Amino acid sequence: MTGSWAQAAQVLTGPVNFNIDALGTNFWQLTIDGLAYGAIYALVAVGYTLVYGVLRLINFAHSEIFMLGMFGQYAVLLLLGFTPSGNVYAEGTLMTIFFLGTAMLGGMVVSGGAAVGLERLAYRPLRKRNAPSLVFLITAIGASFVIQEFVHYILPQLTNNELGGVNAQIPIRLVAPEEQFSIFGATVTNITLIIVISALILAVATDMFVNRTKFGRGIRAVAQDPTTATLMGVSRERVIMLTFLIGGLLAGAAALLYTLRVPNGIIYSGGFILGIKAFCAAVLGGIGNLRGALLGGLILGVMENYGQVLFGTGWRDVVAFVLLILILMFRPTGILGESLGRARV
Amino acid sequence: MTAPLDSRPRGGVGDGFRLWWNALPRPVQWVFGVPFIALLAALPLLNIPLLTTVGTNFGSVMAQFGMIALIAIGLNVVVGQAGLLDLGYVGFYAVGAYTVALLTSPDSPWNQTGPDGWLSKDWAWLAVLPIAMAITALSGLLLGSPTLRLRGDYLAIVTLGFGEIVRLLADNLEEITGGGRGLSQVAYPRVGVTDQFPLGIFSAGNVGKTLNSGVWWYWVSLFLIIVVLLFVGNLERSRVGRAWVAIREDEDAAEIMGVPTFKFKLWAFVIGASIGGLSGALYAGQVQFVVPTNFNVINSVLFLCAVVLGGQGNKLGVILGAFIIVYLPNFFLGRTEILGIPIDGDSIAEYKYLFFGLALMVLMIFRPQGLIPVRQKLLAYGRQLYVAARRRSEEATTSSGPSTVEVNK
Amino acid sequence: MSRDSESEHDPGGFESGAEVGEEYRSMSEDAFDPDLTPMITDDSVVVDVSDVMPELADPEVVAEIVATTREIDTPLGKPLVELRKVTVRFGGLVALDSVTFDINRGEILGLIGPNGAGKTTCFNAMTGVYRPTSGTVGFDGQVLGKLKRNQITRLGIARTFQNIRLFSEMTALENVVVGTDARHRTSVPGALFRVPRHRHEERDAIDRGMALLEFVGIGARATEKSRNLPYGDQRRLEIARALATEPKLLCLDEPAAGFNPAEKAALMDLIRKIRSDGYTVLLIEHDMRLVMGVTDRIVVLEFGKKIAEGLPSEIRDNPSVIAAYLGVPDDATA
Repeated sequence: MTGSWAQAAQVLTGPVNFNIDALGTNFWQLTIDGLAYGAIYALVAVGYTLVYGVLRLINFAHSEIFMLGMFGQYAVLLLLGFTPSGNVYAEGTLMTIFFLGTAMLGGMVVSGGAAVGLERLAYRPLRKRNAPSLVFLITAIGASFVIQEFVHYILPQLTNNELGGVNAQIPIRLVAPEEQFSIFGATVTNITLIIVISALILAVATDMFVNRTKFGRGIRAVAQDPTTATLMGVSRERVIMLTFLIGGLLAGAAALLYTLRVPNGIIYSGGFILGIKAFCAAVLGGIGNLRGALLGGLILGVMENYGQVLFGTGWRDVVAFVLLILILMFRPTGILGESLGRARV
Repeated sequence: MTAPLDSRPRGGVGDGFRLWWNALPRPVQWVFGVPFIALLAALPLLNIPLLTTVGTNFGSVMAQFGMIALIAIGLNVVVGQAGLLDLGYVGFYAVGAYTVALLTSPDSPWNQTGPDGWLSKDWAWLAVLPIAMAITALSGLLLGSPTLRLRGDYLAIVTLGFGEIVRLLADNLEEITGGGRGLSQVAYPRVGVTDQFPLGIFSAGNVGKTLNSGVWWYWVSLFLIIVVLLFVGNLERSRVGRAWVAIREDEDAAEIMGVPTFKFKLWAFVIGASIGGLSGALYAGQVQFVVPTNFNVINSVLFLCAVVLGGQGNKLGVILGAFIIVYLPNFFLGRTEILGIPIDGDSIAEYKYLFFGLALMVLMIFRPQGLIPVRQKLLAYGRQLYVAARRRSEEATTSSGPSTVEVNK
Repeated sequence: MSRDSESEHDPGGFESGAEVGEEYRSMSEDAFDPDLTPMITDDSVVVDVSDVMPELADPEVVAEIVATTREIDTPLGKPLVELRKVTVRFGGLVALDSVTFDINRGEILGLIGPNGAGKTTCFNAMTGVYRPTSGTVGFDGQVLGKLKRNQITRLGIARTFQNIRLFSEMTALENVVVGTDARHRTSVPGALFRVPRHRHEERDAIDRGMALLEFVGIGARATEKSRNLPYGDQRRLEIARALATEPKLLCLDEPAAGFNPAEKAALMDLIRKIRSDGYTVLLIEHDMRLVMGVTDRIVVLEFGKKIAEGLPSEIRDNPSVIAAYLGVPDDATA
């Protein structure tokens, strides 16, 4: 029997490469690219973490908010005359920036609006009835299905097959990747720069908003103690709407950055896995903690890259879940701990 | 202290029925139950006009229903009874199916049905069935031990992760599981080999009009469902079932009342896992071909839908939920008219996730307890109380109209 | 659930029930029921107990069934519970400060003090909800160290809650039987296959459960869903459920809250009846008349410290106690 145990062990680890050499040689490239990808995770993770911090609710449909953002930006591009046939838009830097900016705005508007709409239609009636968390979860899942299928089947019919369905797997290359410079031997492309800089701006803006403005104080107050916050004159409903809105806006922005990086990702099911991973990132950093979400996203992005090279491409998706399980077992409050509402056990 | 009971609305037909049913002695309940079960079993043979599916074989639809019903009962133990949020139940389903496949498929490196294995091809499936359940139960133990201390929402995500990890393992460990190609020629009970059915009645190749393999598998799953229901019922009417309800209602209070909550939560997981593994083994035997693509999050969510739709916590309700989930899309498939009204059945069937999603959202707002709400009996010897209660209720209703009932101290 | 973070929480959080975000997730009693008024279901009809179990018509038989069968090491009158310099800290807040007192077997001890004095914290420290930052709690000869809550209950300390925490979907009898389950030893496989021990314990559970319900006076409502019970009956049910665990010490956390004087008098009778049946009782209460009337001794807490201990008559005249409360018993005229 020992023979077959050894054989089994070998077979089990066979597909796992343990390719440490490749990791070593490509380390900086992987790290830089990982940070860029991770920035996208980070922006989406903020949506999860804010909503959880304020409502103790895992907004499963947030991944669909992200997906809607992708379609939103696509719609804007179509309106601006951009043809999604894979041609890089090459009319000069200024126009490119204009296109990117408008598209991002379009995505943000759609995502933000969808997030607020989701809260109003799906979650508010439940809050009024004091539903337990399983009910919220089911509704979120239901909403996720509904939005996906809407984009899958109904949107094409509404927009004459321009939008929705499976059509948008046609790559949208807005910007051709061009090396700008290199650090430690790793290439930094313009795409990477755009992603990192935009994400940085948005992250800082959000952080300042939550920590320095009156509205942000309202969010933190409701997260910690809704009743007292109401007594202090904070409108809980407004705060909740604001929370969803911010999450949506960031997801919409992330949608554009994602499309830059993954040009053929605009499909009705394109948000699902990314959303789950972004949630893992939020937990990794500390659910309810804004900076934790950002940090978690970055870490996840980098770790996924390492994992992919180290173990093999098929194992990339596993990384998020393994990290999740590890962090929940050894430090359930996340790396930075929970802070927004001091979410409790 | 008088309690004016007349001011409260009376319970409906369902509660009256339940009161009557609960007061019946067990043998009498069986007398009523057996013909009902026989009717259910005979459904595929009866070929009822509106009921029978047009686009797909009704027998295989019922067989699928049988499997999903088993899953629903198992998931109900975890989610409905113990109140643990589990989004990765498909993982247990996969472990059960793959255990059977790994041990009996010629494609697998661990195949035991070959010349030097210890399984005979005819009875391999039956022999592996308990092994599949045991291994799945073990996986439930492994998953539950570190994670059941987490609070509800986190548990949901971790279980989701588990389900995905199982699928990804199956996909990536190609040397063992065949990866995307899957494992084929999984064993099944080789029974009823005749000239007409050279591979036996349970073979997937048996696609006859009426008594095809689907029907036979349906009967097998019906039998298993009844057995599992009996066992789960035993648990419900014991300290285990009570502990689960207590944990679900108020875990802290339960702990303070002496309930070893962690131990029973783990048991819920393990039992739920075994049932899931059983269903997975059923699936492997029926389809005789196991691939990772089926064991995805969507299906996990679909299982949860069945439980929530039917009535979480109610083991019969979730069977109804499973029936709806499986049957409804198949009802529309291929159907071009209902009672003379022309419809586009295929499109409606295609939209099934949309409808399910909407149904879930609406249900959660207006009837979150599901179609058949839970009304558990938690006492093993409580029947005399129901008899007494029924007698009192009859007295109360036959006396002059609404009355106040005195509580005598 | 992480035990560590629990002790860092707002100490009132456990008891108040209105935790942050709780409203979004509470399994409140009315949560699921769109039709909020209680329905007459098969469970909500009163039961004639003598119909079901004729032997329970005799109160002496009831008392005997309810009495515990446990072996208690501590002899009558000697300390059953010994708190020695128990301190409970939450971050910078000291909720209990070096509290030391005994509870003697067979007595009814009152624990009083103004709001925020630390009475519930003391309770929680004894029942394992909070781990004392320092000091020891000795119970029937052994120290309660790092035991889990359900282990402490099985050791013999039972409690009720300030805000009632019944299992609302279960009937009264089922609630009580959950209490008896604390002493059951049927395993899961045993329940699965209905082994003799399981059947024996289940039958016993019903006998004892019905007796307990009769003992506290709500036997007729055995098959009624606990959330449909009137408030007073719910409090009694909680007591019955706690007694079902066969405790050596029964801790009652403000059992008379919301009662009118007649109900309070009935409660006092019940507490005395419980003690005569062999139980030791620890009582937190605000109503001075009740406390003075039913307890043998009283311990007074203020700001986490013990400020007085003695007979009711001594406490009543104790100037520091009067000063702590700044006044008179509130409902002396009710």
